[in-house]
Amino acid sequence: MKMKRMRRRDIELVQKIVTHFFIITIGMGMLYPVAWLISASFKETSIIFTAPSLFPKTITFQNYIEGWKGIGIVNFGTFFKNSFLISFLCVVANLVFCSLTAFAFGRLKFPGRDFWFALMMLTLMLPSHVTTIPRYVIFRTLGWVDTILPLVVPRLFATDAFFIFLLVQFVRTIPKDLDESAVIDGCGKFSIYLRIIMPLTVPALITTMLFTFLWTWDDFFNHLLYLNSPQKYTVPMGLRLFLDASGISSWGPMFAMSVLSLVPCFVLFFSLQKYFIQGITTTGLKG
Amino acid sequence: MKHRSIHFFKDVFSSYTFLLPWLAGFFFLTLYPMGYSLYLSFTNFNVLQSPRWVGLRNYLIMFTGNAQFPRDERFLNSLWVTFRYVFLSVPLKLLFALAVAMLMNQKLRFIPFYRTLYYIPTLLGGSVAIAVLWRRIFSADGLVNLLLRTFFGVPNPPSWISDPRYALYTLVALAVWQFGSPMIIFLAGLKQIPQEYYEASSVDGAGKIRQFFAITLPGLSPIIFFNFVMQMISAFQVFTQAFIISGGSGGPLDSTMFYSLYLYLKGFAFAEMGYASAMAWFLLVIIAALTALAFKISGSLVTYGSGE
Repeated sequence: MKMKRMRRRDIELVQKIVTHFFIITIGMGMLYPVAWLISASFKETSIIFTAPSLFPKTITFQNYIEGWKGIGIVNFGTFFKNSFLISFLCVVANLVFCSLTAFAFGRLKFPGRDFWFALMMLTLMLPSHVTTIPRYVIFRTLGWVDTILPLVVPRLFATDAFFIFLLVQFVRTIPKDLDESAVIDGCGKFSIYLRIIMPLTVPALITTMLFTFLWTWDDFFNHLLYLNSPQKYTVPMGLRLFLDASGISSWGPMFAMSVLSLVPCFVLFFSLQKYFIQGITTTGLKG
Repeated sequence: MKHRSIHFFKDVFSSYTFLLPWLAGFFFLTLYPMGYSLYLSFTNFNVLQSPRWVGLRNYLIMFTGNAQFPRDERFLNSLWVTFRYVFLSVPLKLLFALAVAMLMNQKLRFIPFYRTLYYIPTLLGGSVAIAVLWRRIFSADGLVNLLLRTFFGVPNPPSWISDPRYALYTLVALAVWQFGSPMIIFLAGLKQIPQEYYEASSVDGAGKIRQFFAITLPGLSPIIFFNFVMQMISAFQVFTQAFIISGGSGGPLDSTMFYSLYLYLKGFAFAEMGYASAMAWFLLVIIAALTALAFKISGSLVTYGSGE
């Protein structure tokens, strides 16, 4: 009897080890390209494509120094500054205006609510191309091309339906009793939003923040449309400029700047990932 | 009575105040642009001069052409490239995502860590840096061929991204590699399937495979459907990867000329904004039709509720 139980436990242990091994092996295979990128950024350009090893014998920071200089008068510092500014403004705008809209849809009762909500959900499926050209024409007429306005201003109008949906789902899980007792205490709608709903939707707000940052940081299409002068370029535009200008000779600096461009995403993701899983399991996301 | 109705209107008014930013955005940044785009699709428009009405000509050039305006073969090619990409990458991605989600649904230590690890490619996915990396990895003397030569002894591996036969598949591989978002949604779905079903069926003698088809798949069907629709919609719009990997050309030989890329080139490089608007509207029709079709098919396949 005792023998048998021992044996079963042994089998389970072996099974667990095999599963861990399996998960780690696939995981390493998947992360290999990223690891290779990071390692290549510290290798001398001449050996990047001849040595498959992830661990270079000599580590050089030359690629980072050279890459940072960028093209001509504009260095990567400018690109990073521009990217951070745009991402920051978009994050703030999305947090305020998507949550206000979500509060209205998730909590308030008013005629026409379900109709507007259905329309909002439809915009989630709308391919962005349909509005790209008219919006370009509008922003051009306003003289906004080659400024950051076309990238930031739409966020002030809660155009990211995905986050509204995410926040509405979250708002609906908050017990109604809380609002009712607040009303008895003399709270108006705005104080209910500010004092009750906002603090309780923090996990979803953090997810909104994380994804707004990531998608704005990585956005290439809109930056390509609206930013024309290199002084206003963002990091993705800078990388692309670098790729075109430097040709095949300087892959090392190119990789070094690519790694740098990923650092803010890593930092943000790892510091917030606890909330992130919580926030998105309520719904789906793009990508 | 009068007092109450004043109160009612005040209440409605204050509710709509919260909705005001979104409403303004909906009308001025979505609805009006949609109408304008539909109008532009019937015009010749190069931004500098005002639009000139040409009726159905843009649509005619897209599909049939006539003696005066030949059919746009590059458009049809971009449609074909995109369809192949969508219907290869989306099912493969979902398959991979489901397999990994099931692997992650076990009771093991370090699972939160593994989940984070597997999400990293998706996290970085849309960035130019990863597209640049991909372009370099799959080039003739890139990492993939270095590995193929060194470890598998393949003497003459193809030069993936510069070979029109394989270029599209490197982009499919990139899409499948970024399976993280459907994976997390699958994982959430797997956790909602009651554990008792598995226990009861294993008492009845059902094996793992039987359980997968009888419990897991039906239980997940709404989520599979949701993931399929969302991934399909975003796959139709893929742009950055194609732009960077082909250097903005859609090459070699238009083999990675995606619909979005061609639309961008037509609208902004060749300044044919009327034509690009027509393309945008046709994309909307495709996506709406495929979504409706998916809903219709799913009616018989998707099981909602407790799985009785």
